[in-house]
Amino acid sequence: MPYDYKPLPYSAPPGLSGPEPRHRVVVVGAGPVGLAMALDLARLGIASVVLEDKSSVMVGSRAIVWSERSLQLFARLGIVDQVMARAVPWSIGRISHGDDEIFSFDMAGTTTGRFPPFANLQQYHIEDILIARALAEPLIDLRFRNRLTGVDQDGTGVELSVKTPDGPYKLSADYLLACDGARSLTRALMDLDFEGEFYEERFLVADIEMEADFPAERWFWFDPSFHSGQSAMLMPQADNVYRIDLQLGRLANAGEEARPERVIPRIQAVVGPDFDLEWVSIYTFQSRRLAEFVHGRVIFLGDAAHLVPPFSARGANGGLRDVENLGWKLAAVLEGRADERLLDSYNRERVQAADENLRDSARAASFISPAPGVERLFRDQVLTLARETAFAREWVNAGRLAVPCIYATGAPDDPRLPDEARPGAAAPEARIGNGWLLDQIGPGPTLLAINCTAPDGLQIPTLSVRADPALRARYLGDAERALYLIRPDLVVAARWVTAEPRAVSAAIRAMWEGRE
Amino acid sequence: MKLITDPNLPDHDGFFAELLAAHRGLSDAESQALNARLILILANHVGDRETLTEALDLARGR
Ligand SMILES: Cc1cc2nc3c(=O)[nH]c(=O)nc-3n(C[C@H](O)[C@H](O)[C@H](O)COP(=O)(O)OP(=O)(O)OC[C@H]3O[C@@H](n4cnc5c(N)ncnc54)[C@H](O)[C@@H]3O)c2cc1C
Repeated sequence: MPYDYKPLPYSAPPGLSGPEPRHRVVVVGAGPVGLAMALDLARLGIASVVLEDKSSVMVGSRAIVWSERSLQLFARLGIVDQVMARAVPWSIGRISHGDDEIFSFDMAGTTTGRFPPFANLQQYHIEDILIARALAEPLIDLRFRNRLTGVDQDGTGVELSVKTPDGPYKLSADYLLACDGARSLTRALMDLDFEGEFYEERFLVADIEMEADFPAERWFWFDPSFHSGQSAMLMPQADNVYRIDLQLGRLANAGEEARPERVIPRIQAVVGPDFDLEWVSIYTFQSRRLAEFVHGRVIFLGDAAHLVPPFSARGANGGLRDVENLGWKLAAVLEGRADERLLDSYNRERVQAADENLRDSARAASFISPAPGVERLFRDQVLTLARETAFAREWVNAGRLAVPCIYATGAPDDPRLPDEARPGAAAPEARIGNGWLLDQIGPGPTLLAINCTAPDGLQIPTLSVRADPALRARYLGDAERALYLIRPDLVVAARWVTAEPRAVSAAIRAMWEGRE
Repeated sequence: MKLITDPNLPDHDGFFAELLAAHRGLSDAESQALNARLILILANHVGDRETLTEALDLARGR
């Protein structure tokens, strides 16, 4: 059934009839990033106004693949059950060259089983769920058809101009969070430019609805006979909707290629004649980012801060990683628990992550659409070898699916403990008792004491657990015990096998100061 | 320097002849493809990133 694009509620904002009190946070943009940002702040007790230009959710599935880490964030935001009720979980990917499957992989073993490695759901469904949740949240003032038109900041706050159907008004805020997407007006108003590359390659993305029994898997073809010389991808979404991505090459004319009489035969070649075409878009890729994500009291997140080719679930998922990194830091600064310097660590860490995403997606781009000549030669020979040799299968790069960045840090560490949970890494999930470890951490920082007791008098909550084999594998390795300091965004801050109270309190201080 | 640049391969004359023989009768494109496969296979066999970077640098004349 086609998605029902309901109009979003509008009522005249108070600022039209008189000055509004100064707000702590204004979020611009109610895409997945802006909405998740406002919800994460609300969870931490921080109120915000969210300004959104559009009057209905945008058409087309757009971002469909949500990573385990994003599902964990959705759990903290209270929407994961709704997401999983509709989403299509998957873990198997199949790669073909020509018309032969050359190999498949299964990522099922990479998670604890609470969530699948990936779940597919159209971005419009995710936005619907986030919007409903935000509208029900007293700390969020979500204003549709409110378009940001001007930004002006001094050292202490930001003045905004906003346009509505009933006229313009002004707002002031301590911080402006720019989540206004790839064409960010905030970016333009502040004269900031993206740095990086454009690709000439064009891809066609289409949503089709069909009754079919394709398994819940990601299928990727290099040079299939149905789309010779190019690549293709097929993935399931909710409600019998499938996503097809077709590489069109460098010379393709976007307007021409998006016409149904061009699109439909191409899709028929993949899935046969019985489908309804719901949405088509021609997509070009960019690998670009802002030099800095923090500009005084204006902070950029999501597509407004960085744009990557969407081969590997790095677009929206990367934006959600920005959200969880910033939320606890901004809350602590606003409540006077931390100095403003802590926000520099958002810039440092998320720039590092963006660069990793840009690097990895540029590598995937050159494998999926190699330049003619030697790039194409090596790409094709990797594919040829992959038919027979295990090593070459690993070299095949149809988009390395996103894993969270491991932030660079010199925080206390002990080499006896497992690499996976080292400082800077996302804290691994593990079952404990009848529940899950990560549910018991936060909303603030937490000391996780495994087979030991935490030093006294440290003013942060301690979670003491006995290690069972699962927890041991992820957190202890060969060590008998360990103390972990876990940040509110569920990133490991520091860890010890033998913890000195002074070292632990120094690490806690370093965390609040955002030291590297 | 991890890359071995001193003599290391017994019967190198034999290998050289075998390498050329493998290309005999191939078109330029087929030869290029064979070379590419060979590089990939040998790189995996070497299995050491630093050595490979040194080998690339040497090959580029740096
Ligand atoms: C055709 C297409 C296909 C895509 N496919 C994929 C994919 O397969 N996989 C993937 O990971 N990603 C994909 N993406 C990218 C993905 O949609 C984005 O990464 C994601 O939406 C980023 O979220 P965001 O919240 O940062 O920005 P957006 O979702 O763009 O949200 C920005 C919001 O800001 C609002 N806004 C803008 N300016 C103003 C203003 N001045 N005042 C008020 N509001 C404003 C906009 O209306 C919008 O709602 C695709 C995108 C497109 C367009």
